[in-house]
Amino acid sequence: MTPAEILDSLFPAGHDVTTDGDLLFGRARFGDGIVHVVGATGRAPIGIDQAIRLSAAVLQIASSDDAAPILFLVDSASQRMSRRDELLGLSEYLAHLAKSLLLAEARGHRTIGLLYGGSAAGAFIATALACGTLVALPGAHPEVMDLASMARVTKLPIDVLEAKAKTTPVFAPGLDNLVSVGGIATVWDAGTSLADQLQTVLATPRAGDDRATLGAERGGRPAAARIAGAVATAAQG
Amino acid sequence: MSNIRQSWYEAGARERIAALVDPRSFAEFVGPECRETSPHLGIFNLPAQFDDGIVVGSGSINGTPVLVAAQEGRFMGGAFGEVHGAKLTGLLRAAKALGRDVVIAFDTGGVRLQEANAGEIAIAEIMRAIVEARLDGVRVVGLIGGRAGCYGGGGLIAGCCSTLIVSEQGRISVTGPEVIETNKGVEEFDSRDRALVWRTMGGKHRTLIGGADVFVDDDAAAFRAAATAALARPAKFDAATLAAEQARLERRIARFGDMSDATDIWHALGINDPKAIPDMPADAFATLAAQYRESADDAR
Repeated sequence: MTPAEILDSLFPAGHDVTTDGDLLFGRARFGDGIVHVVGATGRAPIGIDQAIRLSAAVLQIASSDDAAPILFLVDSASQRMSRRDELLGLSEYLAHLAKSLLLAEARGHRTIGLLYGGSAAGAFIATALACGTLVALPGAHPEVMDLASMARVTKLPIDVLEAKAKTTPVFAPGLDNLVSVGGIATVWDAGTSLADQLQTVLATPRAGDDRATLGAERGGRPAAARIAGAVATAAQG
Repeated sequence: MSNIRQSWYEAGARERIAALVDPRSFAEFVGPECRETSPHLGIFNLPAQFDDGIVVGSGSINGTPVLVAAQEGRFMGGAFGEVHGAKLTGLLRAAKALGRDVVIAFDTGGVRLQEANAGEIAIAEIMRAIVEARLDGVRVVGLIGGRAGCYGGGGLIAGCCSTLIVSEQGRISVTGPEVIETNKGVEEFDSRDRALVWRTMGGKHRTLIGGADVFVDDDAAAFRAAATAALARPAKFDAATLAAEQARLERRIARFGDMSDATDIWHALGINDPKAIPDMPADAFATLAAQYRESADDAR
């Protein structure tokens, strides 16, 4: 689906979302209230210039008292890989964007990430994975690193990696694998009303970070919830 | 404690913790005796380690109780896998519950590729746990000066800390030099040009642009002293903090965004002889930096 099709299905009562390069900003009417919309689209990399505009919009929403949810549409590449971005401190810009989303959530705005295309590595962490709830549309294709690059780094032939990827979800790219490790809460049905599915998410109160629990239930991340719990218990013992 | 200077760069995770906390104050959580190894490295016929490359526990620094974590850069490059990440997440959740400050000694290349999806989510969980603890008034102090630097998702986690203490060896970056070169070509970044790596990502540059707060010599005692001071600073994290950080990062792009090399930025800061910076001893550099640097002023 394109961003325009997604927004039409999500917000039949209308919206004023506009594009600014590969970024989206705006608001939509939803039920009796509104939903704030930000987006990183066009499968574009996220560098310092994109991150700072996204964080500006999120912080402005966070400072409002409307308690309206934020929907973050994501179809990006990885973080922008360049000498300039690293020279100027890309890690700070991406962390700042993530912190802005987490602050908005703490101030009463639900943050819903909607992954409808690609996203990878640091860009994925600073956008979709910094939202309180992350959902995806079929066809989304998140990855930490593509298998060809992974083959270079791990010095394993790509056919060996492809064979291993069939037996474990823990390292290979793809939506099913990210669902299995608990990173994505739900994959929506593109054939029915997205508005209804968003309403379902908003009607379900969020109870803490449940991604490790989901990963254990789904089998992709068997140890994380247990280990984190054991450390937290020992520290408070 | 001896008077012999101990290199932070050369030390392992357990040596760093020993140098950091008061003698006999450290208690490890889920230590090597629990044999909680990575469930995934065996798929790649790689050896596991009983602590999965990170040590977490409690101790005191000058009598102040803290929670402490140290990554082992010599195991899998200090990378975040499922167990490694979960140990840090658990420690940070305890920090929030206890209202106790945390000190993290970073030494990491980022996500462990052999368990990339688990490591990626772990980093997101850690960043959330840091922010939730900081919103409750917990300080999270990051120490960066190890062999692996602080790359990838490690750089994003560092960007969530309340104070960052670095040595010259403390490189902070998202994409590493080799990955930029592999993806964008040697014209974009020559990873074999070590001087370029140090002045683009190293501790001196990060200190000068406000990406790190305190610059120290490669000396465990200096890291301990700086951590002690950081733990005595006000703990503040709210909308005003992030508004100030937004302004600080916007200003950085406006001021330096057209510059192609760190030496241009250092010159723009008012430093007359930027080419002398890389060889400058730590004390002299810290004095110079205090005069010319862009300070983060707690806008972090």
